[in-house]
Amino acid sequence: MAKRIDVSGLTAYYGSHKAIEDISMTVEPRSVTAFIGPSGCGKSTFLRTLNRMHEVTPGGRVEGKVLLDDEDLYGSGIDPVSVRREVGMVFQRPNPFPTMSIFDNVAAGLRLNGNYKKAQLGEIVEKSLKGANLWNEVKDRLNKPGSGLSGGQQQRLCIARAIAVEPDVLLMDEPCSALDPISTLAIEDLIGELKERFTIVIVTHNMQQAARVSDRTAFFNLSAVGQPGRLIEIDDTERIFSNPSVQATEDYISGRFG
Amino acid sequence: MSTAAVTDRRPSTLRGARLPKWSPWAIAAGSVLVAVAIGLAAGLTSRIQWGLIAAILFVVGTYVIAGRVEGRRQAKDRIATSLVWVAFLIALVPLISLIWTTLARGVHDFNLYFLTHSMGFVADSDTGGGIYHAIIGSLEQVGLATVIGAPVGVLTAIYLVEYGRGRLARAVTFFVDVMTGIPSIVAGLFILSLMLMADMQPFGFAGSLALAILMMPVVVRSTEEMLKLVPNELREASLALGVPKWRTILKVVVPTSIGGIVTGVMLAVARIAGETAPILLLVWGNAFINNNPFSGAQQALPLYIYQQYANSSGSPAAYDRAWAASLTLIAFVMILNLAARGIARWKAPKTGR
Repeated sequence: MAKRIDVSGLTAYYGSHKAIEDISMTVEPRSVTAFIGPSGCGKSTFLRTLNRMHEVTPGGRVEGKVLLDDEDLYGSGIDPVSVRREVGMVFQRPNPFPTMSIFDNVAAGLRLNGNYKKAQLGEIVEKSLKGANLWNEVKDRLNKPGSGLSGGQQQRLCIARAIAVEPDVLLMDEPCSALDPISTLAIEDLIGELKERFTIVIVTHNMQQAARVSDRTAFFNLSAVGQPGRLIEIDDTERIFSNPSVQATEDYISGRFG
Repeated sequence: MSTAAVTDRRPSTLRGARLPKWSPWAIAAGSVLVAVAIGLAAGLTSRIQWGLIAAILFVVGTYVIAGRVEGRRQAKDRIATSLVWVAFLIALVPLISLIWTTLARGVHDFNLYFLTHSMGFVADSDTGGGIYHAIIGSLEQVGLATVIGAPVGVLTAIYLVEYGRGRLARAVTFFVDVMTGIPSIVAGLFILSLMLMADMQPFGFAGSLALAILMMPVVVRSTEEMLKLVPNELREASLALGVPKWRTILKVVVPTSIGGIVTGVMLAVARIAGETAPILLLVWGNAFINNNPFSGAQQALPLYIYQQYANSSGSPAAYDRAWAASLTLIAFVMILNLAARGIARWKAPKTGR
C-alpha cells in the first residue's frame, strides 16, 4: 500500500521527438502531488511514464529510472502489465466500458486480471464504490449500464474502477477538466479521503485546484514550442503558491504568462 | 406620426417569399400528368420514357418555379433536393421490379412440397420436384465457408488494427484489397487446380474453400472499420487497470464492436450465398440429396437456378422452379440480414439509465 516514487534523469520520446527531458523528483507516499504548467509542457507524458502507459502510444520510449519503493519500473524483466496493477490511472475524460453494467465496470479490473475470489467480488465492488463516494447514488441500479450516469458520476465510477484493484499509486490526468464545479468538488473531497490510503499524483490546469488538494506541487515548463518540457521546481504547495524559488513559477502562478 | 412610422417600415430582410409546403408534391403530380400527356400525344409506348420525361420535367419545373417565386439561392437548394429524390426513385425501380417479378413468378411453385423434395427421378422438363437438396447443399457449403472465412477474417482484422505496424501490416492490407477484387470464377479455378493436382472428384467442401476465399476480404474490411470505431480511451482504461493486451482486446474491444462485426460477417455470408461460378466448377450440381459435403457432387441454390434455366430447353415447369428457387434464395439472404440487424441491436452498447 502507498509506495514512494523516485524518478531520476527521466527523458521520454515520441519517436524522435523529445517530449520531456531529464526529470528527477520524489513523490512521497500517502500524499497528493500536483503537476501544473502550460499546455504541451509534458505533464501528462510524465504522468504516463509513471505506469508505463507512455509506451502504449506508438513510438513512445523512455530513458532514465522510475523507482517504486526501490524497484525500477523500467528495469529488465519488469512486466508493464504488473506495473499498471500497482500504479492505477484515471483519465481526463470519463471512460466507463460501454458494454458493462456499473457493477461490471468496477469489477472489470479484477475480473479481467483473473485473480479474485467470486464471493468477495460484491464486497470489493461495494467498498470501491463507497470509496469513490458513489455507492449511495448507484446502489439500486448496479446492473444498469455505466454510460447512463452523469459525467461526474462516470468519473467517480472510473475512480472506483481504478481503486478496486488496490493499487499503490493513483495517477490522475486532469480528472476534473470535463466536469462542472459541483462534480469537481465531489472529486476533490474524494482525493482528500483517498490520500489516506494511496499515493496520489494529479495533473491539473486549475491552479486553485492544485492549491486546494495537493501537499506538494511540481511546476513544469518548456523553453519554447517544440522544445522538450522540463521540471522547473517541486516544493510544498504552500511555498510554491506563496514564495516560489524560481521566477518563472511565480510568473505562471500570478498569471503573468500561460 | 404613427402613420409615418408605418409607411417607413421596410420589408423584413429575413423573410422572403416561400413556396407552400405542398408545392413539391404539386410539381411532381403536374410533371407526371404532363409526361403522360406528352407520351400519349407522341405515341411513346415505353413507360420508362414516360417516367424519364416526368423526372426531367420535375427537376426543371422545380427550378423554374422556385426561381421565379423564391429567388436563385432557394432554387438551387430545391434543385439539389429534387435531384436527390429523383435519384432515389430511379434506384428503387430495379429493386422493386426485381422483388415484384420474383414474387409474382416464384410464388407459383413455392410450397412445402417444393422445399422438402429433391429433383431425384424428376426430369428437368417435367413438373414436380423441389429444392431440398439445393437448400441442404447451400447451407452446408456456405456454413463451412463461414466457419473457415469468418474467424480468419476477424483475426486478420484484429491483427491489422491492434497489432499491425510497418511493412507486414501494409502488405496484408494491400493483399486484402487485391483479394476483394478477385472474380469468383478465379477463386473457383484456383481451388479447381488444387483439386486436379490431387486428382479429386467434385465435392461440396471444395466449393466452401472457394467461397471462403471470397468471404475473407469482405469480413476483414468490415471488421477493421468496426474495430477502428472503438475509442482508444477504452483500450487505455483497460490497460491502465493492469489488464494484458490480449485480454483487453478479447473482453473490451471486441465486445464493444461485436454488433458491427456480426453484421459484417452476415453481409459477407449473404454475398457468398449467391455465388454460382465456383459451385459450378467445384461442386457440379446433383439432382439427388447428398448430405455429405466432403464426398460426391452436391447442389446449391444459385447453381440450381442456373441449371433449371439452362438445361431444360425452355420447359415452363423448369422456369417455375427456377423462379421459386430464386425466391427462396432472396428470402434466405433477407432473413440473414434481418438476423444481423437483430444481433447488432441486441449487442449494441447500451445507453439507457
